[in-house]
Amino acid sequence: MTEPAIDVSGLVKRFDGRTVVDHVSMRVEQGEIAGFLGPNGSGKTTTIRVMCGLLTADEGHGRVLGHDLRKRHLIKREIGYMTQRFSLYEDLTIAENLAFVAGLYGLNPVQSFVRDTLADLGLTARRDQLAGTLSGGWKQRLALAACVMHNPRLLLLDEPTAGVDPKARREFWDEIHLRAENGLTVLVSTHYMDEAERCHRINYISYGRLVASGTVADVLAKAGLTTWVLEGPNTPDAAKLLAGKPGVDEVTHFGTTLHVVGRDAAALKRSVADAVQATGVQGQPADTTLEDAFIRFMADGQDNMQ
Amino acid sequence: MSRYFSIRRLTALWKKEFIQMRRDRVTFAMMLGVPLMQLILFGFAINNDPKNLPAALVAPTQDHYTRAIVSALELTGYYRFDHVAVSATEAEALIERGTVAFVVTIPSDFGLRVDRGDRPTLLIEADATDPAVASGAISTLGTVASDALLHEMGIASQAAETARSHLNVIVHRRYNPEGITQYNIVPGLLGVILQMTMVMMTSMALTRETERGTMENLLAMPVTAAEIMLGKVLPYLGVGAVQVIVVLGAAKLLFNVPFVGDLGLLLLGVLVFVLSLVLLGYSISTVSRSQMQAMQLTFFFFLPSIMLSGFMFPFRGMPVWAQWIGELMPLTHFLRMIRAVMLKGAGPANIHPQMTALIVFVIIFALIALARFRRTLD
Ligand SMILES: Nc1ncnc2c1ncn2[C@@H]1O[C@H](COP(=O)(O)OP(=O)(O)OP(=O)(O)O)[C@@H](O)[C@H]1O
Ligand SMILES: [Mg+2]
Repeated sequence: MTEPAIDVSGLVKRFDGRTVVDHVSMRVEQGEIAGFLGPNGSGKTTTIRVMCGLLTADEGHGRVLGHDLRKRHLIKREIGYMTQRFSLYEDLTIAENLAFVAGLYGLNPVQSFVRDTLADLGLTARRDQLAGTLSGGWKQRLALAACVMHNPRLLLLDEPTAGVDPKARREFWDEIHLRAENGLTVLVSTHYMDEAERCHRINYISYGRLVASGTVADVLAKAGLTTWVLEGPNTPDAAKLLAGKPGVDEVTHFGTTLHVVGRDAAALKRSVADAVQATGVQGQPADTTLEDAFIRFMADGQDNMQ
Repeated sequence: MSRYFSIRRLTALWKKEFIQMRRDRVTFAMMLGVPLMQLILFGFAINNDPKNLPAALVAPTQDHYTRAIVSALELTGYYRFDHVAVSATEAEALIERGTVAFVVTIPSDFGLRVDRGDRPTLLIEADATDPAVASGAISTLGTVASDALLHEMGIASQAAETARSHLNVIVHRRYNPEGITQYNIVPGLLGVILQMTMVMMTSMALTRETERGTMENLLAMPVTAAEIMLGKVLPYLGVGAVQVIVVLGAAKLLFNVPFVGDLGLLLLGVLVFVLSLVLLGYSISTVSRSQMQAMQLTFFFFLPSIMLSGFMFPFRGMPVWAQWIGELMPLTHFLRMIRAVMLKGAGPANIHPQMTALIVFVIIFALIALARFRRTLD
């Protein structure tokens, strides 16, 4: 049994007395791609920063790649951290940025590492372009190049695909999976459901608290939701009718269909049957999506806050 | 790779810093253009030996001796007698208001004393609030006046040397007895210019990274506080070296500032001074949260250092408490050192205290910077 790549427990981080990360415990096995999800301001970036030594936790302890969280200098050498905001030098070219990073990781010879990384990520043609003049997708690719160049054992990626087109996103994920097969561990935060589904396991954080973690199936099970899909010309009427009815937690439009989600399966079934009766729409049970689950978690989180 | 220090990491930091400097045209221009511009501007303003300065004449008896002296003084080009035959009180008011720069007083018994063979007295009061301006006029004065007088008395100028003691010229440099000269100021200007550019630029070293968001990436990589400090500070030492060459070269070429001391010793002193400045700037950047704050702190430091270092006003003329504050500024020690070496030819033994003080500043600023450096984003 190998040691987990990330094993932290009870992490607490406060800013000016406001608890932003609230007793977060997380385990990520080696070679695993772990998704990190949660609404804006829920504490994803802060948790990742604590893990890579950029912030000190107020409480809690843990190990990253077998090193105690306090041994920052050891952790830094073996991880690659891609920040949410582009944080390489805009007034340096792609190649100069990579050479700088290679120098700081003590890679030798710098130029051959830079050349290989450029080729690896398809950046060679743009090597002399200033980073500041790159489009979002290329910036993200450069940032990824900079954090994988030194062959880290763990990648911490903070919303790496925000604002990137679908094709580039798919390529990015193919790249991540390829590396994970070779033993790299990845913790990646995202707001995209399709990306969450590409992770081996996901962790969902809300208001600083980790509310669910496990495989997609585990998380769906934890949410304990039942979903019905309604179809037909009168779905808008059905939506109005269903809102606030017993067993109905969420009513969402998807094009011409209506997703009705609830925790109490029996009550939901009765309410849906009533609506079908009244408006003449077609209703049938469907699989709950992650998005439904997350929206449910978010609503729960708000309840907790009040 | 050592945990604490690696020359490879330092080299990477330097390269990056130099590339950024090169790309930032405005800053680059400022680093070389501003020193030169300031030197030329101030240097000429100070070096120009201003002539045709307004003067008042207090002469109760207008005899031919008086006229001879007045016309001789006017011939030098320095004096322009706008106010002739005024009373002593009027003259006092004129100089106080700054309407005239000089008051020449020829006593009523002047002619009488000359004829008797006594030593006549001539009083010249100079408004020395701007001493560099008045100094040229004053320095020619004694000779001109007595030559004129001797000529008037019919003594040939060969004999003038011996007879000079005949005239007793009393000069009162008023308001600023120390009388700073241009040579005093041009070397000082080097110190002020270096301080201005070096502190200003390094004070933004870290805040710029923070504001651009690059600090997060930098701190996530295995680089130490000392490496970041040296990586930031030493490239500016190089810039400082270029500035020194530009300013010293211009001082020599344009202003012909005398250079009696050992150049090697001078450069060594300048090096330590610049090192203390870049570390001071860097310390400022470790405590400021934004470039605006860094700028404010820098200016907060500038004015006192220019006023209290002995650049603008004579150091020993200040009250003791102000002198103590002055001692806390690297510029004060540098000014003493550079004036001693450049103008008086002082050797290592003579500038030892200044050198020690500057080295102490280097150590203190480096320690402050290391202690205040934030290794995390907290
Ligand atoms: N340095 C800081 N000082 C004070 N508050 C902070 C600081 N950094 C983060 N916060 C606060 O902590 C909370 C969590 O922020 P964090 O950036 O971790 O959220 P996030 O989950 O990454 O959000 P997003 O999805 O928008 O990136 C926010 O309310 C934020 O305002
Ligand atoms: Mg974030």
